[in-house]
Amino acid sequence: MPADFISNLFVFVLAAFLGIELIKRVSPLLHTPLMSLTNALDAIVVIAAIIIAGRHETRISTILGLVAVGASFSNMVGGFLITDRMLSMFKTTKAKKS
Amino acid sequence: MNPATLQQLIDFSYIAAVAGFILALKWLNSPASAMRGVVIAEIASAVAVVATLFDPQVVQYKWILIVLIIGAGVGIPLGLVKMTAVPQRTALSHAFGALSAALIGIAEYYVGTPNLSKFEMAEIGLEVVIGSLTFTGSIIAAGKLQEILRQRPIVYKGQNIVSLSTLAAAVTMIIVLMFHPGYTHLFGAMVGVALLFGVLLVMPIGGADMPTVISLLNSYAGFSAALLGFVLNSKVLVVAGALDGASGFILSVIMCKAMNRSFTNVLFGAFGQMQVATAKGTEERTVRSASAEDAAGILGSANKVIIAPGYGMAVAQAQHKVRELYDALTKRGVDVKFAIHPVAGRMPGHMNVLLAEADIPYDKLVEMDDVNGDFPQTDVALIIGANDVTNPAAREDQSSPIYGMPILDVDKARTVMVIKRSMGAGFAGIDNPLYYMDKTLMLFGDAKNFVGAIVKELAGEH
Repeated sequence: MPADFISNLFVFVLAAFLGIELIKRVSPLLHTPLMSLTNALDAIVVIAAIIIAGRHETRISTILGLVAVGASFSNMVGGFLITDRMLSMFKTTKAKKS
Repeated sequence: MNPATLQQLIDFSYIAAVAGFILALKWLNSPASAMRGVVIAEIASAVAVVATLFDPQVVQYKWILIVLIIGAGVGIPLGLVKMTAVPQRTALSHAFGALSAALIGIAEYYVGTPNLSKFEMAEIGLEVVIGSLTFTGSIIAAGKLQEILRQRPIVYKGQNIVSLSTLAAAVTMIIVLMFHPGYTHLFGAMVGVALLFGVLLVMPIGGADMPTVISLLNSYAGFSAALLGFVLNSKVLVVAGALDGASGFILSVIMCKAMNRSFTNVLFGAFGQMQVATAKGTEERTVRSASAEDAAGILGSANKVIIAPGYGMAVAQAQHKVRELYDALTKRGVDVKFAIHPVAGRMPGHMNVLLAEADIPYDKLVEMDDVNGDFPQTDVALIIGANDVTNPAAREDQSSPIYGMPILDVDKARTVMVIKRSMGAGFAGIDNPLYYMDKTLMLFGDAKNFVGAIVKELAGEH
């Protein structure tokens, strides 16, 4: 088993447990924005796509990488945009009156 | 700058990005700090993307920049959809996320083949299979939510056997590839089988189970990104994927609990079809129906009203009329709250977003567990487009298919009003004894028009 695998697994386990603890505390009011926000965070795979496409190794890997850049970046932009819009709609009674 | 320093700077920016992601999720614990969380997540993502563009491995830029612009061009309209379209948009973004993870895995395979170790091949194979099935599964889910595909479960004999054999075939192919990573055709076939499995997995699932399915797909999309992090040895992807996967997982668990069902039952049960037969055999019972005028009279003289919205409200686009009703009643001094069942609607939190969009303050949106104690002191429970989540049979009738599912205790209110198109059964095909109670008034009609009529009556009474 490669050494990288072990250190990645280490990070994965810590992040998954941290994620579970953090997400349990997210207000159920915000479960929809939570999903769109985590989608936008997940779109960070765009950085891997940029490297695959940018390395320009084989034609097929470059093309696949470029499609992945487009798909994930649209998720990043769209995900943040809609999360932003949703959260700006959540107001309290007091905020509405003022 | 020398390459080593540059690489370190890039790595530090990734670490900063990860910290930003974690803070963003932490601040989502309340609506007051949530906006701050999104801003920090946006900054974190931007930092990571910009840093990556400086990576010395990147030797060609032109196409990347063009595709980034195209991606933004696709993403912006998807970020501006109406709130009623959020469930299908979310499914589509799971599809995009899974697609990019799968494509990167496939690209890695073609770069590495045939010199991949067994371990690398297993990682890539697993990653590509999960990414591919999540891609097609999410596309089908989006199609169902957009009503391009039928929302009813699509079932046939031996379905589970066919689906599971497809999955088994994909796994077998990964194992063969581990020993023969140079079989590129087999790899292609594996991708095809995984794509097919995604379709088979989601096709039989009905509309009311969408909150669970969409959460599960969210979880898969996250885990495929984390696996990609393993393949590429990228810790940012491992962390972001683990956070996304954990989020989808927790939401799936919450959704399953709210329906008193297990994962396997959601995935392999095809709920809607199964239950239809049990709905028959009830004797003729009478219901009391009322007009908008009667309803307005009762609501206007109440002290405390709880509104229970469901998917029907979203379908009828009634949320803005509901806000007018809320305003009219609040102006008269009536205390109005909304009871939110976790699986009301088509995705987690669906009702909250619709009502917030209609400008209803979020402190009036109360979760099931917090609101249920209030019903006995409530004058009127008004149900708009919700059915199974208010069915007292879930609490009382052990023979009911939904027995054990936590429900909104609307039947404990002094008067119950149900806005409904007709006496047709709900999604699960189960009769709702609530409708036959003496204190229940059925308000037959389209939710939007009926609520509008009540608002008009309330205004006219002055």
